[in-house]
Amino acid sequence: MKKYILVRACYSVITLWLLVTIVFTLVRLSGDPVKMKGEIGADPAFLEQIRHDWGLDRPVYVQYASFLGHLVRGDFGHSFEKSLPVTTIYFERLPNSLKLGFAAFAISLVIGVPLGMLSALRVGTWWDSAGKAVALLGLSIPGFFVGLVLIILFGVTLGWLPVLGKGSGTFVWHDPGSWLPFLFGDWRYLLMPAFALGWYFSGAMLRITRSGILDVLGTDYVKLVRLKGVPEAIVMAKHALKNAMIPVLTIAGLNLVIMINVAVVIEVIFNWPGVGLLLYDGLTNRDFPMVQGVVLMSGVMIVLINFAIDVMYAYVDPRVRLSR
Amino acid sequence: MADITDVARSLAAAPRLVWRPLRFMRELPTIPILILGGLIFVALLAPVIAPHSKLDPVTPTKAQCMAKFDIDNCPYVDGLPPVWISGGSLTTPLGTDFLGRDVLSRLMYGAQISLLVALTGTVVAGAIGTMVGVLAGYMGRWWDQILMRITDAWLTLPSLVFAILLSSVRGPGVWNVVLILALVFWSRYSRAVRGEVLALRERDFVRLAEINGIGKTRIIFRHLLPNVMNTVMVLFSLQVGVAVIIEASLSFLGVGVPPPEPSWGAMMSEGRDALMEGSWWLAVFPGICITLLVLSANMLGDWLRVRLDPQLRNR
Amino acid sequence: MAPPLLRVDNLQTHYFGFGGSRVVKAVDGVSFTVEAGETFGLVGESGCGKTTTCHSLVRLLAASARIVGGRIELDGENLLDLSPREMREVRGRRIASILQDPMASLDPLFSIGNQVGEPAYYHGLLRGRPLRRRVTELLSAVRIPSPEKRLREFPHQMSGGMRQRIVGAIAQAGGPRLIIADEPTTNLDVTIQLQYLNLLKELQRQSGVALIFVTHNLGIVAKMCDTVAVMYAGRIVEMQSVRGLFYAPRHPYTKALLDSIPKLGNKDPLYAVPGQPPDLSALPSGCSFHPRCTRTTAQCRAEDPPERRDDNGGLTRCWLPVEQPVPAEAVHG
Repeated sequence: MKKYILVRACYSVITLWLLVTIVFTLVRLSGDPVKMKGEIGADPAFLEQIRHDWGLDRPVYVQYASFLGHLVRGDFGHSFEKSLPVTTIYFERLPNSLKLGFAAFAISLVIGVPLGMLSALRVGTWWDSAGKAVALLGLSIPGFFVGLVLIILFGVTLGWLPVLGKGSGTFVWHDPGSWLPFLFGDWRYLLMPAFALGWYFSGAMLRITRSGILDVLGTDYVKLVRLKGVPEAIVMAKHALKNAMIPVLTIAGLNLVIMINVAVVIEVIFNWPGVGLLLYDGLTNRDFPMVQGVVLMSGVMIVLINFAIDVMYAYVDPRVRLSR
Repeated sequence: MADITDVARSLAAAPRLVWRPLRFMRELPTIPILILGGLIFVALLAPVIAPHSKLDPVTPTKAQCMAKFDIDNCPYVDGLPPVWISGGSLTTPLGTDFLGRDVLSRLMYGAQISLLVALTGTVVAGAIGTMVGVLAGYMGRWWDQILMRITDAWLTLPSLVFAILLSSVRGPGVWNVVLILALVFWSRYSRAVRGEVLALRERDFVRLAEINGIGKTRIIFRHLLPNVMNTVMVLFSLQVGVAVIIEASLSFLGVGVPPPEPSWGAMMSEGRDALMEGSWWLAVFPGICITLLVLSANMLGDWLRVRLDPQLRNR
Repeated sequence: MAPPLLRVDNLQTHYFGFGGSRVVKAVDGVSFTVEAGETFGLVGESGCGKTTTCHSLVRLLAASARIVGGRIELDGENLLDLSPREMREVRGRRIASILQDPMASLDPLFSIGNQVGEPAYYHGLLRGRPLRRRVTELLSAVRIPSPEKRLREFPHQMSGGMRQRIVGAIAQAGGPRLIIADEPTTNLDVTIQLQYLNLLKELQRQSGVALIFVTHNLGIVAKMCDTVAVMYAGRIVEMQSVRGLFYAPRHPYTKALLDSIPKLGNKDPLYAVPGQPPDLSALPSGCSFHPRCTRTTAQCRAEDPPERRDDNGGLTRCWLPVEQPVPAEAVHG
């Protein structure tokens, strides 16, 4: 297993490097970041000055080296607006996004997995068709539409749930006392955005669980377990579920990436102070370093989380865990 | 050495869509085709069948001006509800927005935008991704390694976030969105196509062509590409839905198709501001349109996948 | 006289497809008995119904299949009368199974110890340390080296031959009276096959368990079985002691199977049974073997031959068994 982890770690580093290079290249190729800042009635000399300040008049490879150098040292740029390092602001907002993300993920598991199991166990019947329809709807109705509809229903018309913001409760890294209220206080603010975000993934989870269980139920080893006279409930809970969870885990990594996407719009709609909203604010404020910084940080997050999932995989599947 | 029956068998093994028109039509899945057909119809004929203009406000009647602004004539009447709610009017069956423009007409024109952008973007992405996949799969060795590493890294980028980054540098605009879609989504095709090509490479008809000295380019275009089309088409139909949502999201956030063009996403964004006053229709109707488009694209994609991949047929 | 261990009487199992409109009579009136400690061979081509018969014995059928008639008596008790819960107690404990593909028979995510212990555990027989000890005993009985170490290991660390032995250990784990082995050596290397067969024989000797051995390989039948039943199109067409079957086959199909075994030193062209196994949803009229038989009469084409039993408990379903001379009107083909 050590070797496996080492290999995955190297792989992650390479992916990270490629990622930042891609960002760097495309940004330089697609347009002129300077224009972003000095759009309105820009004086060319002024733009030149900015270009020089940012080092954009230097040759590309020098810029690239400097770029990488900053990144490696943890410097992802400074925000124009707030004159703070991007990383500082990012980490301040990250817990909020994580809270939303995990809540959404939990919701998608709670909805998707049992329905997927139901579909698989009653394959071909009305239940199965209903399950498949739910999955299709989940994957087709855009998350932000669900969010808006929820706001209309529960926020405006019925007035049950608060619409904007996340309520009080800040997350302070070094103060465990603040953790619980952060997680569970003001859950009413969390409900709608988490549901809107988790909606899409319920569909994906349903499908994966369904096909995973169908696959497992068709195997010889499940047949043998039944032939041993093991109670059906144990066959399901012990053998079927554990095996079916492997494809779910595989998808979890992919899902997370998509979740970070959809979260941007959800955070904007609900005014949830997370990383997505940060990106949007950077955009509207023409704060280019912020935008680039958030994108890079998101990339880092994703690579790290995928790596963590790879490690988890190793624990779940003994075929990976015990390989030399 | 492969003999003729083996070659024939391997050629026949890949299922293709049958293009005999009548039989083909009977086998199509009705609902998605109807919805998609309807949307395409509306998109193509929008300038002809839309009751009002997409950019200009609807000319109001005296009565409407009186009711809303208490004057005899006014430039527009904003915030009219759909016809089935009191205050609505038959001339604007789905209501008017905050600038007095007819929602129904704008939705129809919006179909043009959504379909155009999503389809074009996905086609370009598919073309790039397929070529990368074919090259990686067929040329092998370090082509494969490098291209696949890049593809994997590209796949890790979250599409919307990445799209926002790109549009922050390029600015809003229809063709920019198409470009962004292409840049963001090509990597989805490469992995699958590469896998197909790896399998195809070992098949008799490819081997035969190689042995006969046919050049690599010709093999790629004449033998490999037609056979990966199945996979590509399935991916394509599944990706169209995603493209629609990304375009709508970008427009919603203000960095996609710029106003005053009636992109459905932009309309939803305008509608959001009106939500607090209770004018829910401005946000809901475009959302329904987006859902219909994505739903039918996904249903079509599922149908294609079942039809073209025999392994999945029994599910 | 004590009842036989297993008596199957006129078992019929049908598959219902397409909403009930298409019926496949996979098992159509099968009767046989197995005595305690006996090895009973079930032979036939693919699709003849031998696997469905085995599934019917433990009542673990696919959703579209149903046992529509007959009796299955285990120690005198009709299994078809049992509730699902009672049936579950039979499985693994009184009747155990060995499947064909050792690479697919074990759950990759659970340890060997866990899987071998499951029958005893879930039938409430043993727990904890006595269970572990029993598992170790079982593993050494099937000649797995260092059994204590194997408890914690996983299936992917074992070869095909070892896995199939573990499946054998699983079969013994509940202390069954009957083991149904469905082509257990077909997927093993030829060199390992003999070892495995010897192992099964040894297990039988030690525990007195009866064995139903399903195979299409007559050589294995000759080595392992006491009694053999030959199945064709869902029916038993011949059943005899193994010596009787090999030296004096009665049904033309059995004779054809025996003739098709290549003999060392014989340079004649190889003989194969002509034609294809029949479509079970559209059986030919009369005797279901007649299209492929070399000695058919008009009666064969028109009427289904009944079971004819002889004094030794043997059985034949044929109008014109091999030992009878061929009348002039019989068609050669």
